Amino acid sequence: MKLLFADWPIIAIIMLDDVDRRILRQLQADPTLTMPELAERARTTPARAARRVERLEAEGVIRGREAVIDWAALGFAVHVSLRITVDKAAPRALDELMAAARKVPEVVELQTFLGRVDLRLAVLARDMGHYQEVYRDRILTLPHIADIEALLTLSVVKDADEVPV
Amino acid sequence: MIALDEIDRRLLGMLVQDAGQSAGALGRRVGLSQPATWRRLRRLREAGILRGQRLRLEPGKLGFGVTVFLGVKLSRKAGVSLEAFERAVSGIPEVQRVEHVLGLYDYRLRVIARDLADFERVLRRRIMTLPGIGDVEANVLLTEERFPGPL
Repeated sequence: MKLLFADWPIIAIIMLDDVDRRILRQLQADPTLTMPELAERARTTPARAARRVERLEAEGVIRGREAVIDWAALGFAVHVSLRITVDKAAPRALDELMAAARKVPEVVELQTFLGRVDLRLAVLARDMGHYQEVYRDRILTLPHIADIEALLTLSVVKDADEVPV
Repeated sequence: MIALDEIDRRLLGMLVQDAGQSAGALGRRVGLSQPATWRRLRRLREAGILRGQRLRLEPGKLGFGVTVFLGVKLSRKAGVSLEAFERAVSGIPEVQRVEHVLGLYDYRLRVIARDLADFERVLRRRIMTLPGIGDVEANVLLTEERFPGPL
């Protein structure tokens, strides 16, 4: 039997106090805050806030800051979630499918699941015509696909991606 | 819509990796002066392409070990208001992402929890009590990769 969870890394959980929690909440809401602004909102001193942020970074809780790109403003108006069931007849089917999907430039996210769906690809396209082209030429040609369901995103209601500390 | 050249694309790619880099540091990597780089970044912000920044956290280190994607169908029986559902679901702290979708489901949710028992609590107490909630399908996230996209 293959152990599903055998490869999962054991992660040490970092204990937070109230100051850490306030700092993380404020930084999640606005990562561009200066240290004095952050300290004021987290009700502490700038020196203490700076030390806490440094510690959270050193412990790997804060991994960094990333720019958020508005793909619609770049002309990519179509966002589709493709939920894929993998044909497991071949021994390395999932690995081969994932390796091929990583090479498709329009794929922005790739997730694997425990559940009815094996794999999800988030795909961007300029318009429906372009999507059809990507789907036909680069998705349907991926190996070991048994079934695909598509969900077309009509609107994003919430995309905070925040951890409720 | 503004036209982007190769340098704009490289700047965007670098900022997605690390938004904390100064215009000077970015400029050195693409062979531009600090003011020239700053002008490009301002143009990308003004065009709405650079929409802001996001803190990248390691949820596992904070004790959040489980992420579940939910496909949600609204019940067709009652007069369901999408607004009421969207307001209520967006207010749940464990719900990180809500998308209104077209297809097999009406909404796609990304939910974070401490463990499976905690997820069950969120599902039972917060999700299944939402106004208009119908069928729910859950898939537990095993691995995730994000890519820069067609830049």
